[in-house]
Amino acid sequence: MEAIKVDPLTILTTMFILMVQEGSILLVATLGEIFTERSGILNLGVEGLICFGALSSFIVYYLTGNWIIATLAAASAGLMLSLIHAFVSITLKANQTVSGLAITILGLGLSSFIGRPIALSRIRIDPLESVRVPLLSEIPVIGPSFFNQNPLVYFSYIMVIVLWFILYKTRFGLNLRSVGENPSMADSLGINVFLTRYVATSVGGALCGISGALLILGYYPSWYDGITAGRGWIAVALVIFSSWNPLYAFFGAYFFGLVGTLNATFQSIGFRAIPTDFFRTLPYLLTILVLIIFSSTRFRRRKMPASLGKPYTREL
Amino acid sequence: MDENVLEMVDIVKVFPGVIANDRVNFSLKAGEIHALLGENGAGKTTLMNILYGIYRMDSGVIKVDGRKVTIRSPRDAIKLGIGMVHQNFKLIPAHTVVENVILGSEKNGFILDLKKSGEEIKNLASSFGLKVDPFSEVWKLSMGERQRVEILKLLYKNVRIMILDEPTAVLTPQEKRELFSSLREMSSKGKSIIFITHKLDEVLEISDRVTVLRRGKNVATKVTKETNKIELANLMIGRPIIFEYSKNPQKLSGLVLKVENVRVLDEEGNVRLKGVSFSLNGGEIVGVAGIAGNGQKELAEAITGLKRVSSGKIFVRGKDLTNASPKKFFDNGVLFIPEERLGVGTAPNLSIAENLILKSYDNKLFSGPVFLNFDAIQKFAEKLVKDFEILCSSVNVPVKFLSGGNLQKVVLARELGNIINNAGGNVIVAMYPTRGLDVGATEYVRKLFLKMRDEGNAIIFFSEDLEEILSISDRVFVMFDGRIVGEIDSSEADVEKIGLMMAGSVAS
Ligand SMILES: Nc1ncnc2c1ncn2[C@@H]1O[C@H](COP(=O)(O)OP(=O)(O)OP(=O)(O)O)[C@@H](O)[C@H]1O
Ligand SMILES: [Mg+2]
Repeated sequence: MEAIKVDPLTILTTMFILMVQEGSILLVATLGEIFTERSGILNLGVEGLICFGALSSFIVYYLTGNWIIATLAAASAGLMLSLIHAFVSITLKANQTVSGLAITILGLGLSSFIGRPIALSRIRIDPLESVRVPLLSEIPVIGPSFFNQNPLVYFSYIMVIVLWFILYKTRFGLNLRSVGENPSMADSLGINVFLTRYVATSVGGALCGISGALLILGYYPSWYDGITAGRGWIAVALVIFSSWNPLYAFFGAYFFGLVGTLNATFQSIGFRAIPTDFFRTLPYLLTILVLIIFSSTRFRRRKMPASLGKPYTREL
Repeated sequence: MDENVLEMVDIVKVFPGVIANDRVNFSLKAGEIHALLGENGAGKTTLMNILYGIYRMDSGVIKVDGRKVTIRSPRDAIKLGIGMVHQNFKLIPAHTVVENVILGSEKNGFILDLKKSGEEIKNLASSFGLKVDPFSEVWKLSMGERQRVEILKLLYKNVRIMILDEPTAVLTPQEKRELFSSLREMSSKGKSIIFITHKLDEVLEISDRVTVLRRGKNVATKVTKETNKIELANLMIGRPIIFEYSKNPQKLSGLVLKVENVRVLDEEGNVRLKGVSFSLNGGEIVGVAGIAGNGQKELAEAITGLKRVSSGKIFVRGKDLTNASPKKFFDNGVLFIPEERLGVGTAPNLSIAENLILKSYDNKLFSGPVFLNFDAIQKFAEKLVKDFEILCSSVNVPVKFLSGGNLQKVVLARELGNIINNAGGNVIVAMYPTRGLDVGATEYVRKLFLKMRDEGNAIIFFSEDLEEILSISDRVFVMFDGRIVGEIDSSEADVEKIGLMMAGSVAS
């Protein structure tokens, strides 16, 4: 096959469209995990939550044809699973890493089990339709990619601002961050540590569920096992990459989104000097790299919520 | 002015094995500064923790404005207008000053207006002379500034009874003066202040009245103007105390430590020690003055093997130990008394006995081929506890339950206990060795240093207390900005000049 001649602007536009699609999925999950971790709870169940959310929204969308109800179903699926994590790690004070991994296994397992007949039946849904934002969508490259997407993508942009506002500009957000830094002090000032952490964990879980809805309603017409393909783990790395700040998460998610599109882009222009497997592996390599670099103690000491992963026990 | 805003009557608090408060009485008048004086472990912090709702008393009555109250948590205390600044600050380093101050306050709506709160805090701060930038993150602040934030937290919540637990322990002389003037400002505006300390000079300088605790009992309450240093010391310790140290004539016994042009970088690659050279002889005490953060910590860690030097050489008794391990330094007679008692200094969950032998675990006396010899350890620990007057119910309690001063004594006992009777020639490196110690224990440490000096050891200690430096050292170094900017014979030293050097304005 000879290289197809395409003009660079078209390539760039296509690349950006794919980047926004992939990046938005990562973004919503990252935002959810940031919210949870800011309260001091580490939820490594993200992968399971996305997967279970995706399946729930797929079923509900197939049955009702209403994407809003389907998205709410995904949110509740994520919320329910994360409540288990909340109960185990906040009330029972168990090891959060273990509990989070269990949630991943549970979410993936449940989805695989419930989803098997669906996968076999080859049920298909129509992806959500894009909504064009007037004016903004006229901007070259940025317009078609960022402002001609389905409503859930717009939801992800809005959530960046909303979560940032809640965390930094409201009393609840201040309480939540304080609980993540120093729960015993927050407690002594009359802040309900347990309630705050429950709220943060379940809202975070709901967002991870919605990330699953975005994944399947937006871009995959049918359900198959392993649909999340490790995105949950990338989101966990992105939380660290973005220093637990929703605004940075925006850039981090789209950067990873871009890396994820390289494979498709290079294929489309017929560039084959580097094997495609390399590009497919790239996001995961990058994830590992981020985890290594950003988990250096110097970095973490400054940015990581000081009580992340530590159960809180009230002492008298 | 003569109304009691607070009365604590017959307060009893028992910890396993210790009666921390034994029928203690304490009263506070509106607008007064009331010092609570006592040795390490006298029960000062415990009494105030009860008032602040952190501990429950076993019996007793607390009255606020003449009415009996029950205080179950700090929140209850704050509602009654009682607030406390702890010995170690309780701030969130990652948050800004405003965020720390307004946390838990009900003044704000759901949506915060940090700008407005910041202005409010600025005004509040300036009306009490507490300089601090409300929008700075707390981790960037000095200890003195952090303390102001703690005080602002209380003022913002309209606290009228303010408890300060050893507030001057972390302050430079300059910051201490500022704190005192703020305290006077507060008391003139009707706030009552409880000032916990074991420094007699501070009691005399700042307080209106003073209550003395000794071993959990209150021995006296005095009007400050009608008492003096000697009487207070006597009440606090139960025996007279020396304030002037008589030094024996110096007998130098040869070079033990030689430091040549040592440079040290911090984790970020900034130069913290910019070429330091000096030598130390057996039989002398060198006091290093300087404002914390001018390279003292790096110097102490470099000459004990805890920090790598990027260039320069360190010789101990002629042997090149540059960048050798801390254990090598220790084995060559370099002993270190660190600044941080919990953490670097001790293992909080291990018992006193275990902490005391931490560095001598391989001593034949304590360890057989496989197991530790617990009888020997127990006996050894009990002897040290007695020698150093460590107040505890048994040598088997975890050190995290010890009072601040007793914890310091454990560190001292471990480092110095082994060599007290040795032949000399050791190097003792001590960071702020008497910080947090009461006069009795301070006297003990100073006398110990003098004794070890006379036995031919070299002592280099870092202190913020100029009086302490001048009272026992033979030579004084002044550190500023990673260098030794002054070296003075202590007989010729004057406080003014050293103070100026500490601020970097003159070189000798
Ligand atoms: N939580 C605790 N458990 C057991 N014992 C304790 C506890 N807190 C304090 N103690 C003991 O109670 C006694 C009084 O301690 P406290 O901290 O009140 O002393 P302090 O007067 O503040 O001394 P310092 O000047 O050293 O801070 C000490 O013997 C201490 O070991
Ligand atoms: Mg104390």
